[in-house]
Amino acid sequence: MSEERRIICTACPVGCFMIAKEENGHVVSISGNSCPRGEEYAKIEMTDPRRVFASTVRVEGGALPVCPVRSKEPVPKDKIFEITKAVAHVTVKAPVEIRQVIIKNVCDTGVDIVASRSLPTKQSVELVSQGG
Amino acid sequence: MSDIIVDVAVIGAGPAGIAAGVGAKEAGAEKVAIFERDWDLGGILQQCIHPGFGLHAFGEELTGPEYVHRWISKAREAGVEFWTNSMVFHMEENGSFWIMNPSLGIKKVVAKSLVLAMGCRERPLGALGIPGTRPAGIYTAGTAQRLVNMEGYMPGNRVVILGSGDVGLIMARRMIWEGAEVLGVYEIMPWPGGLRRNIAQCLDDYGIPFYLEETVIEVHGKDRLEGVTVAKVDKNRNPIVGTEKFLGCDTLLLAVGLIPENELSRMANVEINPVTQGPIVNELLQTTKPNIFAAGNVVIVYDLVDWVSMEGERAGRNAALFAAGKFKPGEKKIKVSGGDNVRLYSPQWLSGQSDATIYMRVTQPIEKSCKVVVEPGLYEKRLRYARPGEMNEAHVKLQDLQALGDVDEIVVDIKEV
Repeated sequence: MSEERRIICTACPVGCFMIAKEENGHVVSISGNSCPRGEEYAKIEMTDPRRVFASTVRVEGGALPVCPVRSKEPVPKDKIFEITKAVAHVTVKAPVEIRQVIIKNVCDTGVDIVASRSLPTKQSVELVSQGG
Repeated sequence: MSDIIVDVAVIGAGPAGIAAGVGAKEAGAEKVAIFERDWDLGGILQQCIHPGFGLHAFGEELTGPEYVHRWISKAREAGVEFWTNSMVFHMEENGSFWIMNPSLGIKKVVAKSLVLAMGCRERPLGALGIPGTRPAGIYTAGTAQRLVNMEGYMPGNRVVILGSGDVGLIMARRMIWEGAEVLGVYEIMPWPGGLRRNIAQCLDDYGIPFYLEETVIEVHGKDRLEGVTVAKVDKNRNPIVGTEKFLGCDTLLLAVGLIPENELSRMANVEINPVTQGPIVNELLQTTKPNIFAAGNVVIVYDLVDWVSMEGERAGRNAALFAAGKFKPGEKKIKVSGGDNVRLYSPQWLSGQSDATIYMRVTQPIEKSCKVVVEPGLYEKRLRYARPGEMNEAHVKLQDLQALGDVDEIVVDIKEV
């Protein structure tokens, strides 16, 4: 069994067009990449495609009603929709610190969902704008 | 009521402005202040919660808020002063300006030099002249991004996206992740507006159809959007009769271009380039007013925030040197012209005082081996392709420029080899 797949590299903004050839479940050649990161990306894409997931969670008492979060590392692509649901049910209390763990080991991926910004309380922001 | 007196003032605490503050401190300016109308710092990056920022600046992929967090920390460590909730509403020809702040009221700011870093705005529906009604449910992609990512609202459930700028592509995936249905992305041009990797990871990953040379020709619905009519277009971008198709949807997102935001620059009589719609600057990022510098998307719309930060830092450094009187106004003025395939570029002139980076976009895509050139013989770099959605750059060394002697014009172009 041999298979050829066209992959657009997302490792950096260049977006190289790559062709990966697979024989009997093994990647045998990768072409079209202009750096080693592309080769690595194509290999992972052929065997275990992953993406960084980014969304928001509800915040109680925050300067904003939601706080952005991300998966600390890329998560398996086919787990993304399961993760969107897990994240949708979370509410955290302000203040939130950047890198604070929001969900540990999300959907058994071994990857944590962490805050991607610091969010002060609503009260502290109101005090500042009044010169307090 | 005393004025606020600073060495370098920066307008806007987005990525360009924060980097300008850092650059000004690095170059030795004592009092550097950034004025921001929002309560928070970071500008548009606070709503760009997806990863993809900072590969050049920090060697890793960060989300927008993470990227800007690093720059804010840098600026605070450097001793940059931040004035939030401070809206600049008027600017004088000499560069002095007026702010409005809820606790201080109205104040005048006097600076030895300043950096304009107001960024850009999205092209709205009104600029497109699409026939039909004007119901609720039509948003620019950036507005929808703010609603979802910062205010916690979903703009709708069945979404059509007009235009393929990066924010539109990112929002296609974002809406899918939040449970909406995205019917397709429609681009009037024969080529995509955004980066190829965003088409791969935002559209292809989720099977969202992408239509080139198709556009929305009519909007339907009375109170809420009920649908749009799309059609193919010919070479002159006119709709082709018989190709119309009705799509039922409750949301239309517009990702049809960004326009530099130069209301304040115009008040100060800074000369604006009609093509980029940003201030005319030289390689030092100095505008036609010697004490006023400009950087980032207020000058020319970049693809990557990393370049915006780099240019911001450059503008801040030069503004600080100007404030300290160390800056020699250029005696020589070399015009930068665009060749056949480059209309959009910046800077538009060189003062002949430092190395220069020239940013440009091709007008027509070249899908084969091509080269960026700066004539006469100042720069040449091979490219595998050149696309309007992806900015290119050229570097001109001061010593090469000086070696040319009396040259008053150079030409940048991207052409086939």
